[in-house]
Amino acid sequence: MQITDDTLEDSQLMTINFGPTHPATHGTLHLIARLDGERIRDAEPIIGYLHRGKEKMGEHLKYNQYLTMTDRMNYLSPALNNVGWCLAVEKLMGITPPPRARWVETIACEMARIMDHMVCNGINAFDVGAGTVFFYMFQQREVLTDIFEKMTGARLTITWPRVGGLPYDLPADFKDDVRKFLKGFYPIVDECEKLLKNNRIFLDRTVGVGAISKERAISYGYTGPCLRACGVSYDLRKREPYLCYDQVDFDVPTGEHGDCYDRFFVRMEEARQSARIIEQCLEKMPDEGPVAVDDYRVILPPKEKVYKEMEAMIFHFKLVIDGVKPPPGEVYQGLEAGNGELGFYIVSDGSGKPYRVKVRSPCYYIYSSYTEIIRGLMISDVVAVLGSLNIIAGELDR
Amino acid sequence: MNSAAISAKVAGAIPGACVEALEFQGQTTLQVRRESLKEVLAFLRDDPDILMNQLLDVTAVDYPARADRFDVVYILASIREDGLAPVRVRIKTRIPDGAALPSVTDLWRSADWGERECFDMFGIRFEGHPNLKRILNPDNFYGYPLRKTFPLRGERDPAFLEYKETEPA
Amino acid sequence: MGVELIRGDNFVTARLADVVNWARKSSLWPFPFGTACCGIEMMSTLASRYDMARFGAEAVRFSPRQADLLIVAGTICNKMAPVLKRIYDQMSQPKWVIAMGACASCGGIFDNYTVVQGIDQIIPVDMYVPGCPPSPQALMYSFTKIQGLVQSGQGLSLDPMPEAVPSVPV
Repeated sequence: MQITDDTLEDSQLMTINFGPTHPATHGTLHLIARLDGERIRDAEPIIGYLHRGKEKMGEHLKYNQYLTMTDRMNYLSPALNNVGWCLAVEKLMGITPPPRARWVETIACEMARIMDHMVCNGINAFDVGAGTVFFYMFQQREVLTDIFEKMTGARLTITWPRVGGLPYDLPADFKDDVRKFLKGFYPIVDECEKLLKNNRIFLDRTVGVGAISKERAISYGYTGPCLRACGVSYDLRKREPYLCYDQVDFDVPTGEHGDCYDRFFVRMEEARQSARIIEQCLEKMPDEGPVAVDDYRVILPPKEKVYKEMEAMIFHFKLVIDGVKPPPGEVYQGLEAGNGELGFYIVSDGSGKPYRVKVRSPCYYIYSSYTEIIRGLMISDVVAVLGSLNIIAGELDR
Repeated sequence: MNSAAISAKVAGAIPGACVEALEFQGQTTLQVRRESLKEVLAFLRDDPDILMNQLLDVTAVDYPARADRFDVVYILASIREDGLAPVRVRIKTRIPDGAALPSVTDLWRSADWGERECFDMFGIRFEGHPNLKRILNPDNFYGYPLRKTFPLRGERDPAFLEYKETEPA
Repeated sequence: MGVELIRGDNFVTARLADVVNWARKSSLWPFPFGTACCGIEMMSTLASRYDMARFGAEAVRFSPRQADLLIVAGTICNKMAPVLKRIYDQMSQPKWVIAMGACASCGGIFDNYTVVQGIDQIIPVDMYVPGCPPSPQALMYSFTKIQGLVQSGQGLSLDPMPEAVPSVPV
């Protein structure tokens, strides 16, 4: 009797347990797969191993305190999450930070995006066997972490902009640091791309693996690089510009087939475009000017004033004790984070704490399509697909 | 297509479905009656001018003092390839504790996990959902953590002794 | 290393335990239980800039049976707690545990219904590293401290388990 794939009965399927501490799961993902030989017949992703109750915490923290929670959502690009939260609260309150703050936030967003894509692509390459690329890319990330440390005092969880602007101005040599980084960044990206673009092993592992069609991707709630890899030129930075994205020039890279290969190189190209945006921002950014709104109900008054003026002191106490108080209402604000549209839905009842916070995390909906993508693939492709979707557990489970 | 036009169009196509249209900071929320929820959502998805082809999120808000305790919120967006700005609309409906809503998993695939999370966190049932079970919390978890009555510290809070939940029917 | 006597060029006398501990401390094999943000900082510690290989610990093992140092980096939730306990039980003796970061040490900023308030409620911990997340230098410092424990033959896992903590079948 000839044995083919179809001869296997259901009872001969093997169930294997993948995770939740498998190294290639990037954290805490758990997959129960039913295997037919080496092919995946069915799989069930189980999530929630990093559910830290951030939405519940949102109802007990003030608006500025909640920044600490957003840091720890997508911990590869904390600045993006923080800026996203600040944008949402600013939208709720109807305030706009001064131009210098917006330019600096734009730079921070793009730096964070590069950080995200460097780690994501580095690990993705590492998982399919290209170890060198990981170390090259992680080195670039380290340079950015240093810039963030100089800027905000923390390497990773920066808790940096505040509602209404920046808490303090930039360090004096910020521009030089960023320019130095960019100078070293372009050659590294080119080199990594050269290493992989026509690499036979990499092509075999990624081309045509984990493809998803345009319509299905949209229906599954895909946004960001994963959707663009399917050929949809959809980028919130272009479609509804926030911060200063309407004043800079950049391209939106798209793929064609929506497979791992396309996702990888869409991310690479995006990192290059981010560097381009940073270059333009450094040119156009005003060197002087306020970095936060001139409203002591939102931003703490300067310390000299607090010590000398009665009014400033009252504002200081009121802001520290009660926090910022947006008007009652509800608002949804999305921004283009590293993985796609990161949205914050805030319901305010007029007090110093949100009544309800809902985080629309891009990973959550992308990961819901995982079963469908990997069905019929080999067990080794599971890792390649997982890496290219860039699932971050902190954002997935919140 | 701006948001005011959308609410007018919905009111025209399905009379009596909209209870009210709220406008805040330039964003539209349509509050619809529970009975016509699915009809409105299907209309928004299929109408060629509106074309809300993506369900961004499903969530709920708990108001324990109200008779219709939960606001269930659907955040919709249209992703178009012609480069137009995305239009976003929120559809809101009120339901009492223990009631069920029709599932929209057949309209958008993203509703699958969105509704599961809503069930996990609030205990709201969605009729017709293929796999309605807990997603973020462990299977043996007691209670629905995002309800306002659930204490923040869970079992470690003395108030947890008074926390009682009727399992949804 | 506890050298007692050097005779000529070829003979060194020392206690066997000291020699074994010396060898052990210079080639610790960590099991990186990275769950959250701290996992990223642990990755930077292992990557080229900080380079754990300088301490002989670059051989990261993802199988608990091959590892002797458990680095718990990140938040442990109630859903994850049984997994961590099982991983710890599967590691062979002697073993050491580093609780990296505020979440693993005490729950950190997540004082809520889902987060375990410190992994020492589940498994014994030899070293707590403060920070949210700790910098790579802090992790490396704790690592050298663990090496000190190994050299002197100390460690909580060497003590018998308290009765209150039942062991999980491995």
